[in-house]
Amino acid sequence: MLHTEREYSKLIAGDFYTHHMEPGPDDRTMILNMGPQHPSTHGVLRIVIEIDGEYILRAEPVLGYLHRMQEKMGELKTYLQYMPNMGRVDYLHALAWNWAYVGAVERLGGIEVPERAQYVRVITTELNRISSHLLWWGAFLLDLGAFTPILYAFDDREKILDLLQIPTGSRLTLCYFRPGGVVNDLTKDFIDGLREFIPHMRSRLPMYKGLVTDNIILRKRVEGVGIITEETCRRYGATGPVVRGSGLAYDVRRAEPYSVYDKFDFEIPTDKECDAMGRYNVRVAEIEQSLRIIEQALDAMPDGPHMVKGAPKVKWKAPAGESYFAVEGARGKIGVHVVSDGSNTPYRVKLRAPGFCNMSLFAEVARGVLIADAVAILGSLDLVIPELDR
Amino acid sequence: MNGISQMWKNISGLWSLIVGLKITGKYFVCPQVTVHYPRKTVDNLSTFRGPVELVASDNDPTKPKCIVCLQCAGACPSGCLTVAAKPAPKPTAEEIKAKKEAEAKGEKVKKAAPKELGTFRYDFTLCSLCGTCVDTCPVGSLQFSSDAYLASRNKEDFVYDLLARLADQAKGIKSGSSQSKE
Amino acid sequence: MNIGPITVPIELVRIMVAILAFSLFIGLNGVILVWLERKVAGHVQRRPGPYEVGPHGLLQPVADALKLIGKQLFIPKGADKILFWAAPILSFLPVFLLLIPMPFGPKLFALDVDLGLLLILAFAGVNVLAICLAGWSSRNKWSLLGAARAVSQCVAYEIPMLLSLLSVAFMEGTLNLTQIVNQQEPWLWNIVYQPLAFIIFFVCAVAETNRCPFDLPEAESELTAGFHTEYSGMAFSMFMLAEYSYIIVVCCVATAVFLGGWHGPFYPGSWWFLGKVYALILVFMWLRWTYPRVRFDQLLNINWKWLLPLSLLNLFVTAFLVKVL
Ligand code: SF4
Ligand code: SF4
Repeated sequence: MLHTEREYSKLIAGDFYTHHMEPGPDDRTMILNMGPQHPSTHGVLRIVIEIDGEYILRAEPVLGYLHRMQEKMGELKTYLQYMPNMGRVDYLHALAWNWAYVGAVERLGGIEVPERAQYVRVITTELNRISSHLLWWGAFLLDLGAFTPILYAFDDREKILDLLQIPTGSRLTLCYFRPGGVVNDLTKDFIDGLREFIPHMRSRLPMYKGLVTDNIILRKRVEGVGIITEETCRRYGATGPVVRGSGLAYDVRRAEPYSVYDKFDFEIPTDKECDAMGRYNVRVAEIEQSLRIIEQALDAMPDGPHMVKGAPKVKWKAPAGESYFAVEGARGKIGVHVVSDGSNTPYRVKLRAPGFCNMSLFAEVARGVLIADAVAILGSLDLVIPELDR
Repeated sequence: MNGISQMWKNISGLWSLIVGLKITGKYFVCPQVTVHYPRKTVDNLSTFRGPVELVASDNDPTKPKCIVCLQCAGACPSGCLTVAAKPAPKPTAEEIKAKKEAEAKGEKVKKAAPKELGTFRYDFTLCSLCGTCVDTCPVGSLQFSSDAYLASRNKEDFVYDLLARLADQAKGIKSGSSQSKE
Repeated sequence: MNIGPITVPIELVRIMVAILAFSLFIGLNGVILVWLERKVAGHVQRRPGPYEVGPHGLLQPVADALKLIGKQLFIPKGADKILFWAAPILSFLPVFLLLIPMPFGPKLFALDVDLGLLLILAFAGVNVLAICLAGWSSRNKWSLLGAARAVSQCVAYEIPMLLSLLSVAFMEGTLNLTQIVNQQEPWLWNIVYQPLAFIIFFVCAVAETNRCPFDLPEAESELTAGFHTEYSGMAFSMFMLAEYSYIIVVCCVATAVFLGGWHGPFYPGSWWFLGKVYALILVFMWLRWTYPRVRFDQLLNINWKWLLPLSLLNLFVTAFLVKVL
């Protein structure tokens, strides 16, 4: 006879991770798998939690369900052939990854990028950042049980995707940058559409605020929930809106300006509250800041080629050496480290995914909170699982 | 006092619930923004990257520009493209004779005709639509089509013979639509 | 009534006929409400909702029902078979009882029960038992959590619900629903005298029927699907049908008690009743597609710290006024 829940669950269920979650002092707790098919883990993140009633005593994320060997693939493909992978590491902010990789390759090969291409990159990346934040916004609300906001967000995101499709040709897994420039120049269609889109997006923001940000139910759900101190962020290497939501104004675009970002006037939104609401506010404010950057970039964009002459071809051999390039993605600092041995394939590609560091916080922050709060915290970290596992 | 102000904050927060209802109520009566797919389709496909296809040469719509340099096949990260030239036609006896005579006379010999494209197979199931092949082609013989409505029960339907597709296009048959009907 | 040698009490005949009629009513309403819910959701979200099956997707719920009937009924390993199957039936059966004292029209009711309101309140609790059993017998930890939530939520919200109804009963001096409706004037409904009670009742009704923003027992982003995680096919649709039926019941009660039942400024009749019920249901749906979900401890706080004191206060004031005036 199996007498306790624990014995029973050990016998019929569980794997290495559940079995090795140390049992608590008594029988009152329950070990539970949240994911990999749980609706609020957005894909295949798995979290083993030990709960007492609805309170989480411990949470341990288990990764690797979406591991696709992106880094190893980098060693097998030539420098240019690796480009399509970059749109698939984090499909929501694909262009930031595009940029981080081409930036590293350009630095390695000493390739100049024409001025116009720099501006094109800024415009498209910021546009992509807005679309990523919009999707996060909707998905976060979905986690909190509101179904409608995600469709309103998708309405606007659709407009962005339509715009991005003009130069890039695709809507999600964008593969648009190349070492030395971008594939296509911005057309008049795109620029006109973008000029129309900016005021439209601005006019939608009050609606977002009224429907969601000010909503008392939402405020009660996220205010004071999932407090992450600045010190915790530093310990785990968290970046992006997570660290800015904890009051630290760290943004790669400011801290180590790349490309033409030092020419723009924009703020880095931060929030002193350190809670899920803080992170929420930072992301919503970033939408407005990205719009500002796009406006300035549109005005300042010079004419010229969008691709440097003599840009690397497929079989291009990089000089031996190594380089690192970091950009600010929607989720934080994206870093790509490329080591070359002088052949036409990289010797090693290391991808620094911001989501990974942001997620490692979770085990600590989720201790002692309700399951519902854990869902809110997880949502406020804005995880994209393919990026975690790479 | 603190408790009372807290209470007041909660009560005044109830107004936000009504604001929310107003917004969803407004959108309830607003026109829909979605496209009813089978009856309507989107119109911005011209910039969409669909499956790769061959570009016809300027003077003959059935012949591609391709010079069979095989660069695209080597450039593709996923190995989607299989390109091969037609086996060069065996010179007839007369031709050989004529050639020899010409050589004997010391005239300049006409070079063999340029290679002609024999097969151009494209496996769309492997393609990531990255555009490397399109960028690589030295004569601009590849382009993205704008076929977005692709569906089939058969994997083999997505292994295209691009030469046949080009021939179809020259005849005015849209190959994308024939595929989805099957 | 006499059928041959046997004497059948007229009430029994009435009940039999009523149960038949209610089955039809509930089945039809289930179909309509599923369709309506999806349409409302669609339009709020600026999309058409179901559109392909039948004109404007009207036959979509029928197609869904057929699909659900065709699905395999699945019992998880280690589940308690009897309780597992009993739960959906148990959740559905009391609906008939709840509809019996409902006055749909001046002459249109199954039975004129003197303690109608009490009957409804008493049997509404059976649903909690069903949800509890469903969650417990599934041997799924998420279901168990959902069941625990359901029990504490329903039990808590029953109290202010009862108190708010009681204040109307004090005012009207009866628990008979038909009489309560009769005593309301065509325009001066009870909601005018008891606005607070109506609001409390409405909030409690949302919570009792597990609708968003109080849909914690089945909060799908937290508990996957809560108490019905393990149910498939018809068993699942029984829960859905029961959920919609309870919505109808609470809206009927609200209409009869607060909104003047079949009374209207002109042509009083059942259509007024049904119209009001459906208007209330639409509000339910509107709420669902607007708000996020509250957290569990907040849910209980709302009840114990706000609704309960307010409804008590309301009751005392009503009692005082009834005595004095
Ligand atoms: S688009 Fe990319 S993946 Fe597709 S055939 Fe061309 S090179 Fe290959
Ligand atoms: S690169 Fe262009 S020319 Fe060369 S084989 Fe491919 S299609 Fe033909």
